Amino acid sequence: MMAEQRDIKFWQGLNQALHEEMARDDRVVLLGEDVARPGGPYGVTRGLLESFGHARVRDTPISEATIVGLGIGGAVAGLRPVVEIMFFDFTMLAMDQIVNQAAKYRYFTAGHSLPLVIRTMCGAGGPNGPQHSQSLEAWFAAVPGLKVVMPSNAADAKGLLKSAIRDDDPVLFIETLGLLTERHETPTADEYLLPIGETKVVRDGGDVTIVASGRIVGRALSAAKQLAGDGVSVAVLDPRTLQPLDMEPIVSSVAKTGRLVVAHEALRPFGLGAEIAAEVAERCFSELRAPIQRVTPEFVNVPTPVHLAEARVPGVGDIVAAVNRVLP
Amino acid sequence: MRDGQELYRRMLMIRRFEELMHQEFKAGNVPGPLHLSIGQEAVAVGTCQHLHVSDQIVSTHRGHHHVLAKGASPDRLMAELLGRAAGYSRGRGGSMHVAIPELGIVGTNGIVGGGLPIAMGTAYAQSISDGDGVTVCFFGEGAAATGAFGEALNLAGLWKLPVVFVCENNQYVELTPASLHVAGGAIWKRASGYGIPGEAVDGNDVREMASAARTAIARARAGGGPTLIEAMTYRWLGHYAGDRAAYRDEAELEEARARDPLLALRTELDEGSAAQIEADVASELAEALTWALASAPATTDGIGLDHYATVNDG
Repeated sequence: MMAEQRDIKFWQGLNQALHEEMARDDRVVLLGEDVARPGGPYGVTRGLLESFGHARVRDTPISEATIVGLGIGGAVAGLRPVVEIMFFDFTMLAMDQIVNQAAKYRYFTAGHSLPLVIRTMCGAGGPNGPQHSQSLEAWFAAVPGLKVVMPSNAADAKGLLKSAIRDDDPVLFIETLGLLTERHETPTADEYLLPIGETKVVRDGGDVTIVASGRIVGRALSAAKQLAGDGVSVAVLDPRTLQPLDMEPIVSSVAKTGRLVVAHEALRPFGLGAEIAAEVAERCFSELRAPIQRVTPEFVNVPTPVHLAEARVPGVGDIVAAVNRVLP
Repeated sequence: MRDGQELYRRMLMIRRFEELMHQEFKAGNVPGPLHLSIGQEAVAVGTCQHLHVSDQIVSTHRGHHHVLAKGASPDRLMAELLGRAAGYSRGRGGSMHVAIPELGIVGTNGIVGGGLPIAMGTAYAQSISDGDGVTVCFFGEGAAATGAFGEALNLAGLWKLPVVFVCENNQYVELTPASLHVAGGAIWKRASGYGIPGEAVDGNDVREMASAARTAIARARAGGGPTLIEAMTYRWLGHYAGDRAAYRDEAELEEARARDPLLALRTELDEGSAAQIEADVASELAEALTWALASAPATTDGIGLDHYATVNDG
C-alpha cells in the first residue's frame, strides 16, 4: 500500500515537523528571534506559539550566543531544545557556543547527550547580500561532535528535522531561503522520519555521477533529465547530511560510472566538493576515468541584487557543461 | 558552632586540594594547565552551601573551588587533573573541562564568558519546570567585558530567570590588573541597568558571602528573578601554575594574605576542632592523591570516545 502523500512547500514541511515533534514530546521547546509572535521572519514557525504556549515557544532578544546557550543549558537540564539563528551568517556570533561548547559537551562529560537542534536559514536565493546569504556549512562539518544536515526538498526537510529533534547530538540544521516555497510530495504520516547520516540516491544512472547539495540538487536533476535526452545516463546523489558524511553510495556510484561531478552553492576552497573529491580519489582512484569536476560559485562575495547573486550560482547549464567535460 | 566547622572543613579541603595539585604540577605530573583559586575559597563555599545536588552551577577556567564546593569527589577530580582514565572526562579534559551532570556541575570552561549563555539555558529549563531549581553562574571580572555578559544579564532580566550571577572579582584578569579591564569600577552596579538587584560583598568573608547568596538563591527559587553579586576577593597565585606574577607588588599580596578567608574563620573555632578538621582533610586528600596517582593514565584508546551518541552508545 502506498503511503499517503501531499504536495507541500518546504516551509510547511519544517512547520509540520515542529508541530508534530512538539506535540509528541513536551521537552521540545522552540527559542529564537521572531519565532513566536511573528511566527518566524519567513513564516516557518507560524502557529507554534498558539499551539504550545509561551513556556515552550519564545521570542528572544538579538543575542545569538545566548540563543545557542539557551539550547545548550536547556539540553543539559533535560529539555530537547530547538533554537533558531535567523540567518546562517549570524551563527558567526554564536561560534563559541556552537563549536567550543555544544560540540564538546559529550566529550567533556564522558558520554552525556546534548540533544539540541540549531536551525538556521541560508539566505541564498533572496536579495539579502553578503551578510545574509553565505553557505558556511563546510566550516561546521569540520568540527567533531556536531552533525550538519542540509535538506534539499520539503519531504527531506520534514523527515530530517523530525529526526534531528529526536537525535541525541547537537545538530546544525540548515534551511535555504530559495527553497522555502518549492513544493514536493511529502508523506503525511506522523512517523515520517529520515535517517541522519545517509546519502540519498535521488536518481540512478550509469554514465556520470553528480553529487549535489541544498538548492543545487534540483538543478542537478534538471541537468540529468536534459542529458538523458542526449542519451547520457546520470546518477544524482544528495548527501543531505554533511557530517557525518555517508560516502558509501557515492563511492559505489563512481565505481560504476567512473566519472564524478560535485556541485554546490558554497564556495570552492576547502568545501564539500574538495572533501568528496579527496575521498573518492582515496577510495576508488583506479575506477576514475576522468578528472573530478567541481561546479561552484566563483570565490567572491554574494552581491545583494538577486540577478547578480544568482549569476554566481551553478545553474543547470553549468552542470551539463561539467558533465560533458568528463564524458569521453 | 557546627556551621563554622563545616564551612572551615569545606574551604580547607579546597585549599589543600589546590596546594597538592600545585605540588604535583611542579613535579611534572599534571599534563595540562592549572588555574588555581587559592584565596577565593569563601566565594564558592559560601554560595554552594545553599544549593541542592539538582541545582546547576556554571564555572570558569579557575573552577576547582566551585566544583568541589558543589560536590565533586576530590579523588576523581585529581584523576582528571593528573590525566588519569578515572577522571571525570577520562583524563582527556583536565582542569578547564570538568563537567559532572549528575552533580549539577555544567562545567568549568576554557573560554572566558563561555558559561554565561549556558547558564541562561539551565535557568530557563528550571523556570518552566515544576520544581524550584536555580542556577549559579560563576564568572570573573574579566568576563564582564565579554558580549556574553551583556546578553545574559539582559535575558535573565527580561525573563526573570532563577539565576544568581556571582562575579568573582579576584583583582587580576590573566596577567593584568582589573583596572585595565573594568570600566566604572563596580560591576555589581551594572545590574540596575537591567532591572536586576546587585550588590558587592566581601568575598573573603564566608559568612557575608553565604548571607548574600542565601538571599539571592531564595529570591530565585521563589520566582523573584536574578541577582548579580560581585564578590571582592584576591587571587593569591599567578594566572596559571608557573606564572610567578612578577607584575604585582609583594606588599599587595601580603595584604591579601592577611585577609585569608580560612584564617578569619579559624579564629571562631576552638583549637581542638580546628586541628581535628585539619588532620581529617589532610588524611582524606592524601588517600585521594595516592589513589589518583596509582590509577591508570589516560591512553590513546580513549581519545576517540564520546563524540557522537550513535557511534559510541549504539
